[in-house]
Amino acid sequence: MATETPYQILGVKPAATADEIRKAYRKLAKQLHPDLNPGKPEAEARFKAVSAAYDLLSDPEKRGRYDRGEIDETGAERPRYSYRPHAEGAEGWRYQPQGEMDLSDLDDLFAAFGSAGRGRRGRSGTGSGEGLRMRGPDRSFTMNVDFADAAKGDKKRLSLSPDEWLDVTIPPGIDDGQVLRLRGKGSPGFGGGEPGDALIEVHVGSHPLFRRDGDDIRIELPVSLAEAVLGARIPVPTVTGPVTMTIPKESDTGTVLRLRGKGIQRSANPGDQYVTLKVVIGHPTDPELSEFVEKWAPSHAFDPRRGMPPL
Amino acid sequence: MIALNELLGRVRGLDRQELVHWVENRWVLPEQRGDTWLFHEVDVARVELIREIRHEFAIDDEAVPVVLDLLDQVYGLRRQLRRLCDALESQPNEVREAVRRALPPSR
Repeated sequence: MATETPYQILGVKPAATADEIRKAYRKLAKQLHPDLNPGKPEAEARFKAVSAAYDLLSDPEKRGRYDRGEIDETGAERPRYSYRPHAEGAEGWRYQPQGEMDLSDLDDLFAAFGSAGRGRRGRSGTGSGEGLRMRGPDRSFTMNVDFADAAKGDKKRLSLSPDEWLDVTIPPGIDDGQVLRLRGKGSPGFGGGEPGDALIEVHVGSHPLFRRDGDDIRIELPVSLAEAVLGARIPVPTVTGPVTMTIPKESDTGTVLRLRGKGIQRSANPGDQYVTLKVVIGHPTDPELSEFVEKWAPSHAFDPRRGMPPL
Repeated sequence: MIALNELLGRVRGLDRQELVHWVENRWVLPEQRGDTWLFHEVDVARVELIREIRHEFAIDDEAVPVVLDLLDQVYGLRRQLRRLCDALESQPNEVREAVRRALPPSR
């Protein structure tokens, strides 16, 4: 049961003038005044209600606020109603132009919005997802490449499953941890959208001899006393395979020789390989060599530490 | 659900004749049961809404259906968008991320 409005309590119409309201109040007040109705609590309660109603309606500002629904009949602030929660609530569909759309299938949703002018998307097909094109997600992989292959570049086949693989071109000089992007090799797109990319993080292994220095490769090469003193032609490993290198006569430990173009195999401007010689006399030392040096040394004084600062 | 008299008690500054006019114009769609109307909560809120745009915004009878139609379209779209968002919300992160990246920037 709805509560009585102050207008109903005073028995006037909502459109009543201030004068009519005052007259109605005075009439009721005379009938219901507690002094004229001793021992009649219902009359007293009614009198209070009438007084409260008149209090509200006799004040133009309060009456205006009440009429606009800003305050209730007791003068308390009324929470402002909002249509939105109802429109978006369980029953909101009752005011949808075509009732609730059945969107159990995404296609229906795309069709519902697709019909509103997305023709430029080339919606000629009748396949699923018409009207929506979504790029597929990227897929990430890792791949191990050995040092020499990374230096000279390579083509590798990355197996994803027995019947799925990716042919990956390793560019010469790829860095450890570098990520290669294979466009279109990720997961398929939706609704004819383009596929995502495959992202391949490459791990380059280390090498027991080679060390990378920018686009150059460095290597330390052990040589014998005879090779160092007399010179020699000896095979040296490079990333592209062994090459024969000439060791000049009287080469010393620390001598650096360059093999041009044998570093990182960039097609435009390949790096070089630097070979640092390291004279090794062998251990245990050949007794004949010891014997020879014993005779030879006293008459061939040589101080290899001559250039060092004093100790 | 409430009947017409109760609704009149709840919505200020509204008389019976005006409310009947709104229902007859199908601005409000109460449930018809026998020869009485039953107003759901959404109907009551809609009556408040119409009262407000009609009385306080001084939108006349000719314009009210246009305003209501536009509002209904907005709320319809919001309902569908909400459903789509709910569906997206329940997807694995990977899918949500892919959708996020596929969204063209809004201007």
